[in-house]
Amino acid sequence: MSALDIDATIDGARILVCCGAGGVGKTTTAAALALRAAERGRRTVVLTIDPARRLAQSMGLSELDNIPRRVTGVDESAGGSLDAMMLDMKRTFDEIVLTHAEPAKAEAILANPFYQALSSSFAGTQEYMAMEKLGQLQASGDYDLVVVDTPPTRSALDFLDAPQRLTTFLDGRMIKILMAPAKAGGKAYLKVVSAGFNVFTGVIAKIIGASVLQDVSQFVAALETMFGGFRERAQATYDLLKAPGTSFVVVAAPERDALREAAYFVERLADERMPLAGLVVNRVHRSEVTSLTAERSVAAAQTLESAGGSALASAVLRLHAERVWLAVREQRMEARFTSAHPGVPVVEVAAQPGDVHDLDGLRAVGADLAGGSAAARSA
Amino acid sequence: MADFPGARLHVVTGKGGTGKTTVAAALALALASGGKKVLLTEVEGRQGIAQLFDSPPLPYEERKVAVAPGGGDVYALAIDPEEALLDYLHLFYRLSPNGIPARTLRRMGAIDFATTIAPGLRDVLLTGKVKEAVVRRAKDGSPAYDAVVLDGPPTGRITRFLNISHEMGGLAKVGPIKNQSDHVMAVLRSEQTVVHLVTLLEEMPVQETLDGVAELTAAQLPVGGIIVNAVREPLLPLPDLLAAEEGRLDVAALAAGLKEAGLEADDSLVSALATEATDHAHRVALEERGRDSLGDLHRPSYELPLLTQSVDLGSLYRLAELLHEQGLA
Repeated sequence: MSALDIDATIDGARILVCCGAGGVGKTTTAAALALRAAERGRRTVVLTIDPARRLAQSMGLSELDNIPRRVTGVDESAGGSLDAMMLDMKRTFDEIVLTHAEPAKAEAILANPFYQALSSSFAGTQEYMAMEKLGQLQASGDYDLVVVDTPPTRSALDFLDAPQRLTTFLDGRMIKILMAPAKAGGKAYLKVVSAGFNVFTGVIAKIIGASVLQDVSQFVAALETMFGGFRERAQATYDLLKAPGTSFVVVAAPERDALREAAYFVERLADERMPLAGLVVNRVHRSEVTSLTAERSVAAAQTLESAGGSALASAVLRLHAERVWLAVREQRMEARFTSAHPGVPVVEVAAQPGDVHDLDGLRAVGADLAGGSAAARSA
Repeated sequence: MADFPGARLHVVTGKGGTGKTTVAAALALALASGGKKVLLTEVEGRQGIAQLFDSPPLPYEERKVAVAPGGGDVYALAIDPEEALLDYLHLFYRLSPNGIPARTLRRMGAIDFATTIAPGLRDVLLTGKVKEAVVRRAKDGSPAYDAVVLDGPPTGRITRFLNISHEMGGLAKVGPIKNQSDHVMAVLRSEQTVVHLVTLLEEMPVQETLDGVAELTAAQLPVGGIIVNAVREPLLPLPDLLAAEEGRLDVAALAAGLKEAGLEADDSLVSALATEATDHAHRVALEERGRDSLGDLHRPSYELPLLTQSVDLGSLYRLAELLHEQGLA
């Protein structure tokens, strides 16, 4: 197993995408990487999706307003800086509509109930908008490095598929059918439909109701002018993810499900020829006490207990044994990953008793992440 | 006597990584024990149930996956929106899934389209299928299942997922889908339903649980129990625990105790072990604070131990037994 050189990664990348299963500390990892990059001299922005409240506060983020804000308390002596922003999915979508459609049409789109549902909860909207925003931040030229934390989705891969899914959706036959009446103009609706799709629309109307169908049709027609733009942007975003300077960091915890998800992700990135920097394993338990095995520790605890000896010492010994067992189990989980993916560099971050919610905490995580760099250099 | 005697639909949610699928499976086993029939469902396309029971991916079909202690069967179903829509059409419009209209819908990509453009519709279909299993009757008129357990979306999304009338409200004000969503909503808000939240005693999962309970309550959805998973017993005697937390663990006493146990207690060993004890004390204190915050919810709460091995059928039975003993099922 090779060590992941975090400093080389953050010094060299222009876009860093952190991905992985939910609940593995992805947001914290993204923030720690961004802070470290900034303090190493890079103008950095971190785009987070749904940070825990206290972590957001530590970076001075109080609202979802889509505007990158300077984080104070960062050491800028090396010439770098750190901005942070939280993604406002709906606002990002609205902005695209306003940019791409003429004002009257934009109004109609924004007011349509289907647009409102789509822009706030389309499966994939959040992912798509995160990628969209990523492109915007990168294109602004204000930053050397954009760090993005991917949304906590059902599957860690959703954001990769979102642009493609939106494109497929827009190219779908349904859209074309629904657009036909608008093109033919109002009343011609039924005529066009009955030309070949009566069975089909009959069913649709049964399911969702005829008036809803009309709403959908209007919405789709209103969106039509933007489709070209959408498709191009989806493609551009996808290309950006494959461009030189983009790097993916897969985040996991030493647990079966998280590592399985990580393995899946690593394979998928390889399929898509997207550049993987390596795997970060968070919340790793290790014991510093290598001279005392779990078995010996338990035996010693038993000696004390049967002799009515020090309750403190026997408790500490049992604690140590548990910790060693946990470490062994975690190492076994990780070994399963590394033997299947021997080429993937890995770095471990030690488990902390509490969550991180200030810059010092993030700095410590960053140093821990870079601990692997020192090892990599000496190897 | 179980804490939720009237409940027939148990929705299990929790932040990612809290073990919600494991708890849902254990709860299904507990509810099935003693000769009951329980359906365990999932809706997120993750095939988490199949992985847990070490079986091949579940088809869209109710399939027996386990036998409960003392007899009783657990069936499992992975609900897929497309299949659920075809089911719905079959049930309400007598459209055969293999007939021309259904096939046309599939070919046109209509199902994908409909569930994409209106995610609320997708949730209506998914919850609709769950509700159908809850109210389904066997030939003799008795309920087809004694209980249904839903391994639901995570805490951050559960309220939106269940609050389907709200989600559909802006889209369909009248019509068949509106009726369906009203019927499903009526069951979800009734005494037949409870939503349990799985958490760990860590800051973020606890905070999400508190937020989740507030959101469910605001949406008038019935909150059930709080299931604290992966609990570890504090090993240190209480006075030592408190001392360690304040950074004044009695190192001399520890060193003496280690010598007594026949270990060569040099300074580096003693101080390394003392550090481990202090870490442990900090974690216990943090867990205690988490437990206090959860206590403020005044909901029935249940604790499950940390499993030292990966989850297998044996450990699921053990967790089921613990849930039963504590009165959840």
